[in-house]
Amino acid sequence: MKTESFISRRFFIKNMSLFSGGLLLACDAGGQGSTINAKSNNGNFTPNLFVELKPNGDLILTASRSEMGQGVRTSLTSVIADEMDADWSRVQVRQAPGDDAYGNQNTDGSRSIRTIYEPMRKMGAMARAMLLGAAAKRWNIAEDLCKTSLHYVVRTDSGEKIFYGDLVSEAGLMAIPDEPKLKSPDKFIYIGKELKSVDAGDFVKGIPKYGMDIKLDNMLYACIERCPVTFGSIRSFDDSDSLKISGVKAVHRVDRIEKPFGALGGVAVIASNTWSAIQGKNALKVEWDYGENESYSSSEFMEVITANVHKKGKLIREEGNVSKAFDKADTMVEATYNLPHLVHAPMETPNATAHVKEGSCEVWAPVQAPQTTRKEISDFLDIDLDKVTVHVTFLGGGFGRKSKPDYVLEAVALSQISKQPVQVIWTREDDIQHSYYHAISAQYLKASIKNNSVTGWLHRTAYPSITSTFIPGVTHGAGFEFQQGMTNMPYEISNVSFENGKAPAYLRIGWLRSVYNIIHGFSVNVFADELAHAAGRDPLEFRLDMIGSDRIYPSENAYKLDTAKLKNVLRKAAKNAGWGRELPEGHGLGLAVHYSFYSYVATVVEVSVIDGQLKVHEVFTVVDCGTVVNRDTVKAQLEGAAIFGMSLTYYGDITLEKGIVQQSNYHDYQMLRIHQTPMVNIEIIESSEIPTGIGEPGVPVIAPAIINAIFNATGKRYRSLPLKDFGMVK
Amino acid sequence: MLTLQSIKTKTGFMINFKVNDKDYSVDVSPDMPILWVLRDVLGLTGTKFGCGLGVCGSCTVLLDGKAIRSCITPISLVKDQNVISIEGVAAEHSTIQKAWEELNVPQCGFCQPGQVLSALALLKENPDPSDKDIDTAMSGNICRCGTYVRIRKAIHLAASMENELHNTKGV
Repeated sequence: MKTESFISRRFFIKNMSLFSGGLLLACDAGGQGSTINAKSNNGNFTPNLFVELKPNGDLILTASRSEMGQGVRTSLTSVIADEMDADWSRVQVRQAPGDDAYGNQNTDGSRSIRTIYEPMRKMGAMARAMLLGAAAKRWNIAEDLCKTSLHYVVRTDSGEKIFYGDLVSEAGLMAIPDEPKLKSPDKFIYIGKELKSVDAGDFVKGIPKYGMDIKLDNMLYACIERCPVTFGSIRSFDDSDSLKISGVKAVHRVDRIEKPFGALGGVAVIASNTWSAIQGKNALKVEWDYGENESYSSSEFMEVITANVHKKGKLIREEGNVSKAFDKADTMVEATYNLPHLVHAPMETPNATAHVKEGSCEVWAPVQAPQTTRKEISDFLDIDLDKVTVHVTFLGGGFGRKSKPDYVLEAVALSQISKQPVQVIWTREDDIQHSYYHAISAQYLKASIKNNSVTGWLHRTAYPSITSTFIPGVTHGAGFEFQQGMTNMPYEISNVSFENGKAPAYLRIGWLRSVYNIIHGFSVNVFADELAHAAGRDPLEFRLDMIGSDRIYPSENAYKLDTAKLKNVLRKAAKNAGWGRELPEGHGLGLAVHYSFYSYVATVVEVSVIDGQLKVHEVFTVVDCGTVVNRDTVKAQLEGAAIFGMSLTYYGDITLEKGIVQQSNYHDYQMLRIHQTPMVNIEIIESSEIPTGIGEPGVPVIAPAIINAIFNATGKRYRSLPLKDFGMVK
Repeated sequence: MLTLQSIKTKTGFMINFKVNDKDYSVDVSPDMPILWVLRDVLGLTGTKFGCGLGVCGSCTVLLDGKAIRSCITPISLVKDQNVISIEGVAAEHSTIQKAWEELNVPQCGFCQPGQVLSALALLKENPDPSDKDIDTAMSGNICRCGTYVRIRKAIHLAASMENELHNTKGV
């Protein structure tokens, strides 16, 4: 495979400050001058790192974020194409390798469109301005007599036009505009529409290359047996049976790298094909020293953290006087919620292909964090960053798992040992049993009701923090975790108190789609529903009252929680679902509303519980995520989020005994399947405000809406997940 | 990029079979699942590995028009037979693939070759399936991105496109 050296040192990288935080972007071959010589880049026009126009009109646009199903290759490039007035049918998408020159490439936190929408517009606008300027110069007329239209610059006085491809050399000589003028939104041709994925045609033909589809000359395949208990070590191993298996070439010990994203270590079987490597791994006999995490039992731990939220915890935020409010209450309500560990289980298991050469390393991998991956490899091999190339393949799902490149370091270590390219493949069992897990949690909520409204609110949460993965020994949550649905709870209550209980970590804790919004979105939404019931009021009206007056919460950034928007999505979801209508016997409606990743999402679900069996019939989700780049993608993300949310509601449960994960594959860590899939209706609020997150915000509302709907149908309240534990789903 | 290498086994057992109507002869251990023969020996990577237990459907291929799980089917079982993989369907660009594209079904896309092949097997057997038929035929294929809503619609669309095609031909 050819190494792409798109960002070559011969380009002087000019800081255009088009990204917030000052990012490097425009390639300038002319040294300190403000022009570039288009001929210097294979005769193409390359005004910046994201745009390359060929003389034949082919337009190669670069996607700097990883594609894992969120349609980012289409949405990011369509923003550039829109500002360029480019013909979409001439666009090809190039995937950026990991490189700081592209700005932050971390594909997580629902941040791609949110953070680089404006910069991508500027990349396109810059190119358009230079093309337009070049045409004006050729015609020797003022620029304002020119306009652009689908790959042409048009002369407004005569209607004469020049094809973009014919302007390649001249455009390359134009000055790079410092602040290119952006379109007014009414002129958008792609933004806000339903552009099809640039990859859809290839996806259905099996063409795209995911990490494990990479094939290199002389490549070996590896599977690794890792200690069943997190951070345990090898006492001894016997590889004699493994080495007898045809295709097995060698067995190596892989050392643990004691870093947050370091390889776990284990015994690696190297083979000429994946099947032999898997069989070789299964034939290994390893004696482990399980280490201190052997003491971990998730059910016992749940009892401990539940006890911790039943007593006073570390105070996080307090307003008013909760105890006074509690003293004066007409009614007191309290509830405890217990949610289990979860794992991402993307369809494509972690895998990576590495080729370590003398003084350099090239990697092909499905990674959400290509720059972190590059840095980790550079540290591990002790070579300069620019000697490491990270090619980002398609990701067969990510959900946060592939933000942690431990599996890439395994491939690098094994290629270094083998002196050949090595592809490491995780089996599904490896994926389920050696991940970075979503945290187990216990939460306790207590509230006072006086004169039909909530006067005091106490929320205690306890869960192992993600911070523990970075700073071993951490026993309490972090601010960013509390802000995922707990301390930023949007209800208008004068007396509030938020506390955090102790919870150490016994395994690698990591982020999973929506992260702690899953647990806080659950408890807050279910508890609010419990309060409505205690007050004897309709859950929708009561909830709208709880959100209260129209107000905007202060924040340190551009995003402010606006309660009017929150109420709006909730009202619309209720309307779409026909809230209040008469329902068939055994049916119920439930609602949830949550603000996360700066987006507002409300969901109403209709369920039935008949003969003890739950069925979700229909999901009505409404989102306000500001400006929408691709309406179809936004819909798809919310449809998918409903299914992801249902999977965790029905089945999501990672349990550990003696430090060992008890689940191993899709038969005992189940996913929702098509026969359980409800109708999913999505409404997107029209907005011209700044875009906010969409990959994750659709998830946290699903589980609580289902729990509330079950209560509405049956009068029975479930306060823990998954529902398979109650025999409600098969 | 890829050098196709025959994987020598101690038995030297040669297996003849077809993939997408093309003849192959491979020297592999007879218990090697079809999945790994396709992917690692023949370099046909459209068929995906998801679970290795036959419970997720990512590795679905067709044998005699029936959907089978290639990750648990040893190559010896398809001796002298013809296996259809996604690459074979892609060559024809089936109505199903057109419907899938039309409704923009895939998200990450990883499970979709398996979904397409399961749908193909269904429509061969039942040209006008109900939602219930679809649920039964497709419940072996997991999609972690959750594209099921669109898969259902796409199968109906493919069925109607196919019927229209037949009607036109009939006239």
